[in-house]
Amino acid sequence: MAILEVKNLSCAFGGLMAVSDLSFEVEKNEILGIIGPNGAGKTTVFNLMTGFYLPIKGSIIFNGKNLLGMKPYQITKLGIARTFQNPRLFKKLTVLENVMIAMHKVYNASLFDTLISNRKYIQQESIQRDKAEEYLDFFGLYKRKDEIAENLPYGEQRKLEIARAMATEPSLLLLDEPAAGMNLNESLELVNLISTIRERFNLTILLIEHHMEVVMNICERIIVLDFGMKIAEGKPEEVKNNPRVIEAYLGKEVKGVIH
Amino acid sequence: MRRNLLTLSTLILILFLSVLSKNLDPYIYQILVFFGINSILAVSLNLINGFTGQFSIGHAGFMAAGGYFSAALSIYQGEKLLNMLSFLPRDLAQGVIFLAFLIIGGLFAALLGLMIGIPTLRLKGDYLAIATLGFGEIIRVAILNLDVVGGPRGFPGIPKLTDITWVALWAFIAVVVIYRVINSSHGRAIISIREDETASESMGINTTYYKVLAFSIGAFFAGIAGGLFAHYLMMLHPSSFTFMRSVEILLMIVLGGLGSITGSIFGAFVLTVLPEVLRGFAHLRLIIYSLTLIIMMLVRPSGLMGNREISFYRLYKFLRRKGIG
Repeated sequence: MAILEVKNLSCAFGGLMAVSDLSFEVEKNEILGIIGPNGAGKTTVFNLMTGFYLPIKGSIIFNGKNLLGMKPYQITKLGIARTFQNPRLFKKLTVLENVMIAMHKVYNASLFDTLISNRKYIQQESIQRDKAEEYLDFFGLYKRKDEIAENLPYGEQRKLEIARAMATEPSLLLLDEPAAGMNLNESLELVNLISTIRERFNLTILLIEHHMEVVMNICERIIVLDFGMKIAEGKPEEVKNNPRVIEAYLGKEVKGVIH
Repeated sequence: MRRNLLTLSTLILILFLSVLSKNLDPYIYQILVFFGINSILAVSLNLINGFTGQFSIGHAGFMAAGGYFSAALSIYQGEKLLNMLSFLPRDLAQGVIFLAFLIIGGLFAALLGLMIGIPTLRLKGDYLAIATLGFGEIIRVAILNLDVVGGPRGFPGIPKLTDITWVALWAFIAVVVIYRVINSSHGRAIISIREDETASESMGINTTYYKVLAFSIGAFFAGIAGGLFAHYLMMLHPSSFTFMRSVEILLMIVLGGLGSITGSIFGAFVLTVLPEVLRGFAHLRLIIYSLTLIIMMLVRPSGLMGNREISFYRLYKFLRRKGIG
């Protein structure tokens, strides 16, 4: 069953078609990769799906609900979480606070409860704290919980961003270049982490990535974008050998040039 | 429960101290009253500027709105209500009416905050600052042209109801309300807007709601401060609520540290007392005052407290470390 259906999606910035007539489906529980050269419109697709941009036409159906016109926070509440290409942590706050903020939607004490500091407030605060600590524990960041987020090493900041996204309890996770700036070892560790969270949280994952070893390793299916259009779709091996994909990445072979 | 007991006992202590301070020299007493009113203004502006990160410089406008509204109620409705409550002892009736008028004035300012907040809070940084500045001026000019509240002649004849106990009580309420809001998931949502609005939204936080909420709570307490101010001076004039007044409140929180409640109170204290201390230096006063601020910003641009709070617990830990080490 498709958890997400994107149909004829188009988005333009001025005269530039950032995404044109894009359609694809995401099956429940799969890991779908989106690749393509720089400026192909991959991040734009994420921004459209999470409500930060408005398409000029097309539809995005998530679990039978059309997401068009919804605000980003409403989409998050429906169960889509994302990370950003450049980590957007709450830099000056602690690691624990970063995760606690992501759990705001299940916080059940009203403003009035917090003002009179009643039992409900105290209970909700401790539930939120405990659950946030559980998430940090799962992601191996528990020891760092009281550190300021911007003081973490880069790899852990990336991890924290994923932990924070998972704390919103999504059923679909959008990862925007999670391995950017990582070396081979770190990216292989990331591959493990992504597979683990998929198992553990019964998750569907959409992944934008440039590191081919990551994409080829974990994606079951890949979509290739170029100039906002889908130029290929299929299993990793099929995509790898597709002439249009090679052309998009490496350029066309020019015949008749004398070397 | 323990939290509330602690809060209650602090309240009683503060009220007790305020009653004691009624025997002070009238000059000192007046400085204390203004310190209290300035603390309310600073703490409430800090919720908007320091915690939510929305740069607003129209706080004097909300103060004027609340002040004039509650003053007008006192002048036009005060006597009538006092007669209606004649079955109560006169002092008690007066107190109840004053409390109600202050709250209505505050709510009026909060309503204005809501009306201004919804359209302008989609602006960011400098643009929001200019919009709130314009709004503050609109309120002042509107008052200048309202004949029922005296217009440019000023608004005299307000009964003197504010004393230091009222000011202490409201300063305490403002601090407790804002402290408790900040130390909850609602407060963390508010702070996350300051840190990164885009990320905050994708964590499922309705950023518009929380920005408008912070703006309205801030405006409410500014309105209360205005009401206390009006019923202390017994006379209002639009020139008390110019742009410079907003800047002065902004200075308090920048000096004390954006995002620190105790810092705001400290900033309010310094900026209330410093001009008085410098009175002896006559014309050098303004120069010293400005120089102090410039040096302060050069040496500690994040304000005296940064975004930390003074806490007895931290002080205790610090002293222990010193003692043992």
